[in-house]
Amino acid sequence: MKHLKATTFLIAAALAAPLAAQEAGGRLDIVVQPEPPGLMLGLVQNGPTQLVAGDIYEGLLRYGTDLQPQPGLAESWEISDDGLTYTFKLQEGVKWHDGEDFTADDVVFSADVFLRETHARLRASLAYVESITAPDPLTVVFQLKEPFGPFISVFETGTMPIVPKHIYEGTDFANNEMNATPIGTGPFKFEAWEKGSYIHLVKNEDYYVDGLPYLDEVYYRVIPDAAARAVAFETGEVDVLPGGSVENWDVPRLTEMDNVCSTGSGWEFFAPHAWMWLNNREGPTSDVRFRQAVMYAMDRDFQRDVVWNGFGNVATGPVSSKTNFYSDDVTIYDHNPEKAKELLEEMGYDGEEVRLLPLPYGETWQRWAEAIRQNLSEVGINVSIDSTDVAGWNEKTSQWDYDMAFTYLYQYGDPALGVSRNYTADRIQKGSPWNNVEGYDNPELDAKWFAAATMISPEERQAAYDEIQKEIVDDVPVAWLLELEFPTIYRCDIKDLVTTGIGVNDGPRNAWIEK
Amino acid sequence: MWKRFRSNIGAMVGVVLLAAVILIAIFAPLIFANTPWQMVQRPFLAPFSMDSLPLGTDTLGRDVAAQLAYGARVSLLVGLVSTLVALLIGVPLGALAGFYGGYVDEGAMRFTEFFQTIPNFALAIVLVAIFEPTLASITLAIAIVSWPPVARLVRAEVMSVRKREFVDAATLAGLSKPRILVRQVLPNTVSPIIVMASLMVATAILLESSLSFLGLGDPNAMSWGYMIGAARTVIRSAWWLSFFPGIAIVITVLALNLIGEGLNDALNPHLSRKGKA
Repeated sequence: MKHLKATTFLIAAALAAPLAAQEAGGRLDIVVQPEPPGLMLGLVQNGPTQLVAGDIYEGLLRYGTDLQPQPGLAESWEISDDGLTYTFKLQEGVKWHDGEDFTADDVVFSADVFLRETHARLRASLAYVESITAPDPLTVVFQLKEPFGPFISVFETGTMPIVPKHIYEGTDFANNEMNATPIGTGPFKFEAWEKGSYIHLVKNEDYYVDGLPYLDEVYYRVIPDAAARAVAFETGEVDVLPGGSVENWDVPRLTEMDNVCSTGSGWEFFAPHAWMWLNNREGPTSDVRFRQAVMYAMDRDFQRDVVWNGFGNVATGPVSSKTNFYSDDVTIYDHNPEKAKELLEEMGYDGEEVRLLPLPYGETWQRWAEAIRQNLSEVGINVSIDSTDVAGWNEKTSQWDYDMAFTYLYQYGDPALGVSRNYTADRIQKGSPWNNVEGYDNPELDAKWFAAATMISPEERQAAYDEIQKEIVDDVPVAWLLELEFPTIYRCDIKDLVTTGIGVNDGPRNAWIEK
Repeated sequence: MWKRFRSNIGAMVGVVLLAAVILIAIFAPLIFANTPWQMVQRPFLAPFSMDSLPLGTDTLGRDVAAQLAYGARVSLLVGLVSTLVALLIGVPLGALAGFYGGYVDEGAMRFTEFFQTIPNFALAIVLVAIFEPTLASITLAIAIVSWPPVARLVRAEVMSVRKREFVDAATLAGLSKPRILVRQVLPNTVSPIIVMASLMVATAILLESSLSFLGLGDPNAMSWGYMIGAARTVIRSAWWLSFFPGIAIVITVLALNLIGEGLNDALNPHLSRKGKA
């Protein structure tokens, strides 16, 4: 990897091209669901927090919908040829919202001290880091112990938000009273939070990119009921419904309205991938032929078209087509009940009852389980649906008390960050529903996953992941379902709202309203 | 008595309606080629637009008519079985309390009141949530919340009957107390119990539907409450998904109530005596 250098000027020039049309001013009302538990992004990283705090805090890099890095707080960056040294040149003239200067020390403090303590997902990646240093106030160097291919993908704002050293150094991070009034470097400042009603952000007049942001203020509105959110959008009370804030079948009704646009883009970085855990340890699901039969028995096009109203794609394997290093050169499991019956016959399936645990996330997921139960029963698999709530789902999956269980997880742009964790044997740990819950144990593939993570050249990594995907898809450790798509619905006069791989999370930075 | 019942038009309408529902429930697999979970056509097909699917299809393209027929099975089954279980709890308890009086009565009634002070539906929700929703646990939960009125009714009846002369006569004849209770007293309390039971079946059907509506139904059993609950979110675009099961519940509950009224009129001794006079 030679000089992967992007200059702000070029990017800025590209952004500035249609500048003549962009108009400053205006206010945006965006739904946030559910109400976030807090806005200090270094402490809380759940979805609603990322949505709001993505305007307040920033990472060193931003990522396009193609997942390629773009300048954020870093205006340029270099990766040494051995893949061990990442050097970031920071933007000049950046100020924290309280007026203090932003420097390389803040970055070192955030990554090395603050987030190492508070951010579990980043900590796993930081394990590869030898040292983080600031040779001068505008330069940060990450020195790695061994090459880590996906490292360039960990600088997104939700993954590595840069927090102010002058506020947090030497304090109890979780109980710092400034957590209630977050101070970041982002395009919007925290103004007020009326609990249960709205979060109000105002324009950062001193933002370091000239002209940005265009909007004067952003309101994040808390509306607890899905139907009420749809009505609020219909009546014009809110302007943006981020993905997942209304039920799927309301989407066509809303998008058919005048001056309403929608996009499935803006989730590429997360690439939510849905599958069913198949318990590889015991019961019929421990037989690979049974697992293949499940894949052949399901009509996943139907699931996408009917259960998800046409949103999303049929998943071909563990890696989403939106994530880097995806390969479609794998066995394709089309809807083939005959083949499924043959496989079941061959293994001698005796009609043993198989339990199916749906995700307790509302009607769509319940219907999805019913559709799959029907598909499976048509090839002779005896399925019963367990009823559950969120706590029960967590308990049953993390204690491995299930035969088949729905889930969906984010991929964070790279197989080594968001995919391998679900398939390598070292991640078989009772007590968490986010790791290798199915109990798939294939030492040969484990070695390939680990090797692929530490390769330097993208071409080599692609080849390694091609091989992994080809092999693992034949084993069917889990039953892959769909690459989910959560459409963002907004008024068409809002422009440039979704321009990055994290969509509305950092969308208001560039958004403007046409008058 | 049958004559009195037959002459009651409302009651006969109830019988006809209920018979129709029972027949549909029994013969559902013969009437419909599809199971209620089978996805047979495109989703959200409006009623009467296809001859083979007279009531249209639901969110997944399943036959609404078949769902209604199979739903009748679950509703009737839960209604009948839970009422039977409630009677099995309530009748003995009420009979003992009413017949023996004293501490037995005190104890039994405090126990009954304990259940009566908790709102029915709330208790049913808690029970189902604890046991995990299956047909058995739902039936049991409904039985547990519906027996107290039975116990009170039987107690009151037994108390009044045990003071009659024929009971004294039986005692004088040397019959044992349990024998008097079972052979002499209880048979004379049957009429109000029958009336109450018919109304309890109706209430149980409503309770089951409410539980399913809230998502606490058995996920493997098609029921009317489930249908309405699943249709709730699409009520603006697909009215028929909640309308037809709603009508089915109304008809069945109405039929049971009409029958209950009819039985009440036919079995009530006061009315009957007036009739003879």
